[in-house]
Order: sequence, then C-alpha cells, then structure tokens
Amino acid sequence: MASPGTETGELIRVEGVSFSYGGIPVLSDVSLTISGGDFLAILGPNGSGKTTLLRIILGLTRPDRGRVTILGRPIEEFAERGMIGYVPQQATHFDPIFPASVREVVAMAVRSSRRRIARAEEEAAILHALEIVDMADFKDRRIGRLSGGQQQRVFIARAIVQKPRLLFLDEPTTGVDAETQDRFYDLLASLHTTEGITIVLVTHDIGIVNKHITKVACLNQRLIYHGTHDHFCSSGALKDMLAGGHHLVSHHH
Amino acid sequence: MHAFFQYAFLQRALGAGLCIALACAVLGVFLLLRKDAMIGHGLSHVAFAGIALGLLLGQWPTAVALVVSVAAALGIMKLKEAAGIYGDTAIAILSSLGLALGVILASVSGRFNAALLGYLFGDILAIEPAEVVLSVVLAAAVLAVTLIFYHRFMYMTFDRDAALAAGVPVRRLDALITVLTALTIVLGMKIVGILLVAALLVIPAAAGLQTASRFKAAVIGAGIVAALSVILGLGAAYVLDWPASGTIVLVAFLIFGILFIVRRK
Ligand SMILES: Nc1ncnc2c1ncn2[C@@H]1O[C@H](COP(=O)(O)OP(=O)(O)O)[C@@H](O)[C@H]1O
Ligand SMILES: [Mg+2]
Repeated sequence: MASPGTETGELIRVEGVSFSYGGIPVLSDVSLTISGGDFLAILGPNGSGKTTLLRIILGLTRPDRGRVTILGRPIEEFAERGMIGYVPQQATHFDPIFPASVREVVAMAVRSSRRRIARAEEEAAILHALEIVDMADFKDRRIGRLSGGQQQRVFIARAIVQKPRLLFLDEPTTGVDAETQDRFYDLLASLHTTEGITIVLVTHDIGIVNKHITKVACLNQRLIYHGTHDHFCSSGALKDMLAGGHHLVSHHH
Repeated sequence: MHAFFQYAFLQRALGAGLCIALACAVLGVFLLLRKDAMIGHGLSHVAFAGIALGLLLGQWPTAVALVVSVAAALGIMKLKEAAGIYGDTAIAILSSLGLALGVILASVSGRFNAALLGYLFGDILAIEPAEVVLSVVLAAAVLAVTLIFYHRFMYMTFDRDAALAAGVPVRRLDALITVLTALTIVLGMKIVGILLVAALLVIPAAAGLQTASRFKAAVIGAGIVAALSVILGLGAAYVLDWPASGTIVLVAFLIFGILFIVRRK
C-alpha cells in the first residue's frame, strides 16, 4: 500500500546471509528484499535470529557469508546514515542514572549527524519529532523518569527526527501495555502512510500482525516465509514457524 | 586570604589545579557512564611501570609513562570489546600487570627511590611554571575535544548500537576518550599527584550525575564541583595548614555528600 511520494523501488537486498556464534548457526542462507513503501514485519520466536539479522542488515554485525546492499551499495560503505532510523531492542535498557532530558535524547541524533543543518532548523525538527510521537510536553523531563511506553516513543522520535526513508524497530513494544501498544501501532501506521516511511518491524509477537502490515518474513534460523501479509494469513507459515520450522521457503511477492 | 595570593606557588597550584580539575571532571562524566570509574586508579599503576622503565632507560620517564599508559588504555579498550571480559576486570588485569612490571623494573634498575616516587606522587604545592602551561594545554585540549564531539560522545555513551547505526565512528571516538584519559592521568599524576587525579576523575562527575536531569547540567555541574573543590580545598589547606591534596579531596567529598543528602530529600 504505497502512498503518494513513496518510492517503491528496492531499497535493501539481503543475499544468502549466514551467521553463527562460535560455531552455533544462528542464520542460514537468508535472502530477502525490502522495497520502498513496505511495512515489513520480521516474525520469529525468541532466539530465532531476528536481532542478529537486523544488525547484519544495518551493518553492525558482519555476516559469515552473504551480503547486504542498500540502494545497490554494500552496507559497510553506506555513508548516508541519516536515511536510516533505528530503535534497538535494548533501547529502554539504558543506564538508569544517565541524566539526559527527552529533548537531549532526540538532539543527540540530529547533532551527531554528518550533515548538520542550521541550529534553528534542528531545534524545530526535534520539537516536530516529539510532537509526532505526542511527547513534546515532556521535552524537559529526564528520560529515566518516563514509563516504558513513553520512553519507547521518545526513541522513535529520535529515530525519525532526521526524516529517514527507512525505519527499523526491534521489539519496540516489549513491556508496553496493550492499550499503549495499539496507539503505538497506529503511530507506526501513520508514519508509514502519511510520512511515507518504509518500516521494518521485528517482533516475536504474532498478535501484532494486523491490517497495517504489508509484508511478513518469518524467521527461525532460516527464512520460513517471505511474502505479502494477505498470503501469510492464509498460508500455513504461521504453524510451521511455531512448530520450529520446516525449511519451507515460499516466496510470494 | 589576602596573603594567599601573594605566594607564587599557591597561584601555580590554583592555576594548574583548576585546569586539571576541569579536564578530570568533564572526562569523568563520560568515564562513569562508561563504567570506567576505576581507570584512573588502574592506569596509575601502569604509569608506574612506564616511569620505572623510563628511569631504567635513562630517558624522559614521563614521556615513557605516557606511551605505556596510552598503550595500556587502548589494551583495556580491546579487552573490554572481547566478549566475556568486563571493563573493571580488564582494568584489574592490566593494572596488576603494570604494578608487577613496575616493581621488577624498579628493582632491576636499582632505582626504587625518591626520583621514582617524585614522578608518581606529584605535589600540587610544588608545581613548576612549565607544568602550569602544560595543565592549561591539557585542559584546553580536553575541553575542545569534548565541545567538538559532545553530541557524538553523548550518543555513543547512551546508546552504542543506535550511534553505530547512525554512522557515529564509535570505535575511533572510544580511542579518543581513552587516549585523553591516559594523557590526563599521567600528566595529572606528575603535576598534582595521583591521589588528586583519581579523586577528581570520579567525585565531581558523580556529584554532577546524581543531581542533574540534563546531560549538559551534569557536565557543567561536575566542572563547578571540581573547581570549587580546588579553590576551597587550597584555601582550607592554607588556613588550617593541612596537606593540600588531601584537603581538596575532602572538600570534593563534602560537596558530593551535601548534594547526595539534598537530592535524597
Ligand atoms: N552475543 C552473542 N553471543 C553468543 N550467542 C548469541 C549472542 N547474541 C545472540 N546469540 C544467540 O543467537 C541466537 C539468535 O539471537 P537473536 O538474534 O538475539 O534472536 P532474537 O532476536 O530472534 O530473539 C540465540 O540463540 C542467541 O542465544
Ligand atoms: Mg531480538
């Protein structure tokens, strides 16, 4: 469901990626593509390699085999990092004594960027990002003094403040109550449709697969399913994944 | 107090002390958040080996200690990156090694003497004019680097993975903080003494961190606590005729204690 202004070409290509920790395989021959306008959910049980795959896609971990390209270039050489927003799995596990205000958490992303803009524009961008996630009223609050759900929204503001084309979120709603989760997915959906951001959401929670998501990838060391959301619901991929994964890879784009 | 400023050695103590204190306070905020509070303590042991080596070679002991300490600091960084070794374990390993090598080198060279101790336990009341200049340069370098890389340092300290993904050159900046820390410790050791350096790296930063709700306030707060400790500590030492280093540390601790109690309320 691409909205106006969204590019639909291929953004990221993962080809034959394998990875092991000390001889224990974590990912085996994973290939997938992410296209502009996708709202992709990467699903899999705990320990299925989702975080590892995301880190490899982002160039934080080097795969043993295979490669990742972004806009045709190898991820290791990709310098336009402002194009990518990332909310790590452990984002809310920051040091509780860390004295950073909500505004500073968002500012650190803008001000660490290679391509700096005018100070007034930066300030406006920070406020705008906080408004999008409905956290502007808390901008002077210490980040440690917020609830988990509020913190998660601040980390999203930090990830979108530079207007990325691609947003990666790793288990963003862990420990967030159901009602807040719903609001959270509405927020992601609106970022996807109104801001035209391509979203990759990693989660072990199949319950989140909903109408907003356009593509699904099921992972359990191998890619068990990669295709559209509609087909996912009617296929047996879900059961396969829960059963521990027969190596059924069915590409339905 | 009027007489206080008539003594050149006290002016030098104040000037150099303030500079080293500011450098320590600013670095300290990042070090504490990186769980590197013991690095001052650890690197001083390594510097001991460096000075013993320098004396053995008959060459510039402080320069040798600088090289050895920077190398050790980078070694600690590498050990920390290796999976399964905590930062404080890495510091403990290398500082023990430093101490052992220092004892051996000093014994072999037969120079386990006043010269060696002079390098290890600098005296804030015996600062030479050249050391004041060195302190100013050190403080300027630390403050300049912190200003330039402020947001990137904050980002990588707060959320290393997100900073990496955002293209912050985290490993190079790690090395930069590490090298600056080693420089500050070794030069500070020679100039104001290890007791003062180790204390100023930790206490003002801890005071700043526990009172601030913004990062900027923590850094500035640490600087203010450090400066106040040196000024009030030197003044009190002069009036009470107490040892200067110990009095400065005591004042720093008192300020920390007061802030701790105030904050708890
Ligand atoms: N740093 C690590 N060292 C060794 N094994 C690891 C490490 N990180 C993850 N693993 C292992 O790799 C597998 C996949 O982990 P991960 O990618 O975090 O899975 P997920 O995000 O799907 O829960 C797990 O079995 C986990 O135990
Ligand atoms: Mg994970």
